[in-house]
Formats: sequence, C-alpha cells, structure tokens
Amino acid sequence: MKDVGFIALTYVVTFGAIIAIVARTLITGSRLSKKIPDQDKPWI
Amino acid sequence: MNSLGTGGVAWHVAMKDLRIEWRGRVVINQVLPFAALVMVAFAFALDSDAVLQRTAGGLVWLATMFSTFLIVQRSYAADVDDGALESLRAAGIDMQGVFLGKSLAVMVELFLLQCVLVLVGFVLYDVQMSLSGWGMLLVTMVGATLGLGFVGVLYGGLIAGAGYRETLLPLLVLPVVAPVLLAATRATESAIGVSGLTIADGWPWVGILFVFAGIFGLGGLLSFDSVVEG
Amino acid sequence: MNSTPRTEPARVGTPATRVFGLLAVLFLGWVVVGGLFITPADAIQGDSVRIMYVHVPTAWVAYLAFIVTAIASAGYLFGKRHSLGFDRVAGASAEVGVLFMALTLMSGSLWGRLTWGTFWQWDPRLTTTAFLFVTYLGYLAVRGLGGTPERRAKRSAILALLAVLEIPLVHFSVLLWRSLHQEASVLSSDGDVKLDDLMLFTLLVGVLGFTALYGWLVSHRQRILTMRDIEEAKGIDLAISERIAEGSVR
Repeated sequence: MKDVGFIALTYVVTFGAIIAIVARTLITGSRLSKKIPDQDKPWI
Repeated sequence: MNSLGTGGVAWHVAMKDLRIEWRGRVVINQVLPFAALVMVAFAFALDSDAVLQRTAGGLVWLATMFSTFLIVQRSYAADVDDGALESLRAAGIDMQGVFLGKSLAVMVELFLLQCVLVLVGFVLYDVQMSLSGWGMLLVTMVGATLGLGFVGVLYGGLIAGAGYRETLLPLLVLPVVAPVLLAATRATESAIGVSGLTIADGWPWVGILFVFAGIFGLGGLLSFDSVVEG
Repeated sequence: MNSTPRTEPARVGTPATRVFGLLAVLFLGWVVVGGLFITPADAIQGDSVRIMYVHVPTAWVAYLAFIVTAIASAGYLFGKRHSLGFDRVAGASAEVGVLFMALTLMSGSLWGRLTWGTFWQWDPRLTTTAFLFVTYLGYLAVRGLGGTPERRAKRSAILALLAVLEIPLVHFSVLLWRSLHQEASVLSSDGDVKLDDLMLFTLLVGVLGFTALYGWLVSHRQRILTMRDIEEAKGIDLAISERIAEGSVR
C-alpha cells in the first residue's frame, strides 16, 4: 500500500481521539451520575 | 434622561468615553506608540524595502487590528469595574444609543490612530501614491473603522464583566474581523497600485467593508440590549 | 426500563443512546476494516482515497454540529420558556463539533499533502472551515466563563448567532480574494473521483456511523452538562446553608 504512513496516521488519530472522548464522556458521566439523585435526571 | 432619544444617548455616551480617554490619554500615550512600534518591528522582521513596499497595506491593517483590541478593552474598563453598564440598563437608558455611542468613541480613536499609522507606514516603508489613491485609502479607512468599531464594541460588551477579557477578546474578534483585514488590505494595495492592481480593483473590497459594517452595526443594534443584560 | 431503579448503578445512557452507540460501533468497525483493507485503491488518487472514508464523514458531522448549535441557540433565545435544555444541546453539540472539525482539518491536510502536494491551500472552503473552527473554540471559551447558567446560555446563544452572520462574510471575502489570484490551477485534481459501489457503500456507512456517534456523544454530553449545572447549584446552596449555620452558632 502506497502512502501507508499518512493513511495510518489519519485513522489512528481520528479513532484515537474518538475513543478518548467516548471514554472521558463515560467516566465523567458515571462519576456525576452517582452524585445526582435519579429524580433530578429528566431522561430516566 | 429618558427624554433623550437614541441619538442623544449615543452622543452623551460617546462624549463621556472620549472625555475619559482624553483625561487618561492611554490611547495617545500607550496604544499609539505600541502600534508604531509594531510597524517598526515589521520592518526589522521583513528586512527588505521591496517586500515592505509590497506588504505596506497589510501591515498597516494588522497594526490597526492589534490596536483595536486594546482600544475596545480600554473602552470597557471603566464601565465594567463599577457595573456602570448594567446600571445604565437598569435605569432604562436606551441601549441602542449606548451601543452607538461606545462605537462612535472607539471609531474616533481608531480613525485618528489609523491616520498616524498610515503616515508612519508611508514614511518608514517609502510608498508612493496617486491623488485618487489617497481618496480610495480614505474611504477604505472609514469603512474599516466602522466595521472594526461595531464588532469590537459588540463582542467587548458580550464578555464585559467576565474574567479573562484581555485574552478572550482577540480570540473572539479576530476571526470575525478577518474579512475587514482582507478587504482593507486589498483595497489599500490597489490604492497604492501594488503588483499591477489599479484603483478599480479596489472598489469591490471597499463595498465589502461597508456591507460588513452595515451587517454588524445592525446586529449590534438588535442584540446589544440582551448582550448587556445580566 | 425504570422498574429496578436502585439495584443497578445510576447511568447516563438510555435505550435510545444505546441504539446510537451500537450503530456507531458496527458502522465505524466496517469503516476501519472496509476502508483500510477491503475497498480497492482509486484509479487516480491511489490509496489516499482511504483517507476520504473518515475525512468526509467527520466534515459532515462537524458542519452538522455547528448547524445544530445555531438552531438550538436560536431555540433558547427566541423560545418562550428560555429552556436551558436548548443551551445544553448547543454546548454539547459545539464540543463535539470542535473535535470533529479538528479531525477534519487534520485528515484533510494529510490528504492534501498526498493529492495536491501541499498540506494547506487558501481555498475558500478550507479557509472558511478553519475560521469556523477558531470561532467555535472562542464559543467554548465563552461558555466556560462562569456566571449563572442563564447568563452563560444567553451570552453563548448570542455568540452562536453572530457566528451565523460571520461565517458567510468570511466565506464570501475569501472567495473574492482567491478569484483575483490565478493560482487556483494547483487544484487540478480537486478530489472528484469515480467511486465504485463498494467505495460508495463504505463512504455512506461512514457518514451513518459518524452521525450515530454524534447522536450518542451529544446526548451523553448534554446530560453531563445538566448534571454539572445541578451539582454547581447544589454546591452554592450548601455553601449558603453552611454560612447560615455558622451565623446562627455565633
């Protein structure tokens, strides 16, 4: 495969960033969720 | 005070801001020397008469833009420290008038600053210009001043009273005034006649400057009341 | 679903977001496998066309995010109830949009280096995209300024609507600027390629997958913003009641 470095970099950075933000969202979400009573969460 | 129309409020606010400025002399004693120093620094950095002559227009406008941040910052410093802006609003003063007045004061200061910068630029960078070129430059300066003043006062009001004003204002305003920088630079270049440009090439850019000023002037008039509201 | 509220740990997700998450994992899994290994190389672009399978969807999501932010901001400002829900959707959407815009600019410049031979072109679309990115960085900075949620909501909603004024002006002036220069011919191959069915399918799956991911991220982050507001309000209430308690002891 030609230009494999550039292509690999694109995929690694893109999906790396996505995994990072998803992980952060899940961690922050569960941390905050434990502190807030369920009746304050309109989505439940 | 309520008997004053929008124009009356604008006049009083503009006079108040200009009087504060005249007493403190921050623009004359600090902003103007800073802008002139920026022009000198460009000359050091670019280090070539030919390049400087070609880029003179852009450099004048860059220095103007940097100074705009300082002037707007300065314009709100007194209003924010003692909550004067919100008191004006609470007192039922016409906020469109306040917006116009603050803009007018900023524009007067900016325009005078530009006059000096243009002269400094022409002396330092050795630029020649025809009479009609000077005419176009004057119109360009008016259009750019209107746009920069409206945008500066509008965004300055938006973050007035919040922390980090000094660093946040450039981040917010710079992308917005990019068209002004672009248009004023091209218009000035065609006024000078850089790289074969003629005066006629500049008029579309002058048009953009005035459209820009119109849009953000209108946007400011419509939104300034909510912008200032606590 | 809420029959056993106490036995499982409190969650942010709901059935709807789980559907989004599942779709995103499935579709993006295909983009990685299919985009990198199964689809053929393009006749003109060669393997660099593989960058397009993530570049185009992230660009689409970035623009979608900013449109949602603008609409939600208008919903907050002009809605009768000035619902903070609109404000939180606007904020969550801008957060996701900034991330995807950064990824778009990154993958786009790598693709440009391979196809045009340069990382950056002063092309109107690229320039406008960069300005959109910086504008929304400023928007997020303003959201972080503090103050009451209502103050934050109003300030940032006005800013988002001003961005709607700004972006066309930037685009138009860059368009005029570039049309006066004659060097646009560098863009001889401007990215138009003939896609075969499998390539088109992968691109479509990418768009769907990234959109599902956007839906998941915005709903989760919007809920986090809600909880943060609640927590902050609680902190203030607690501080006030502590001060009152202190006062009554003395």
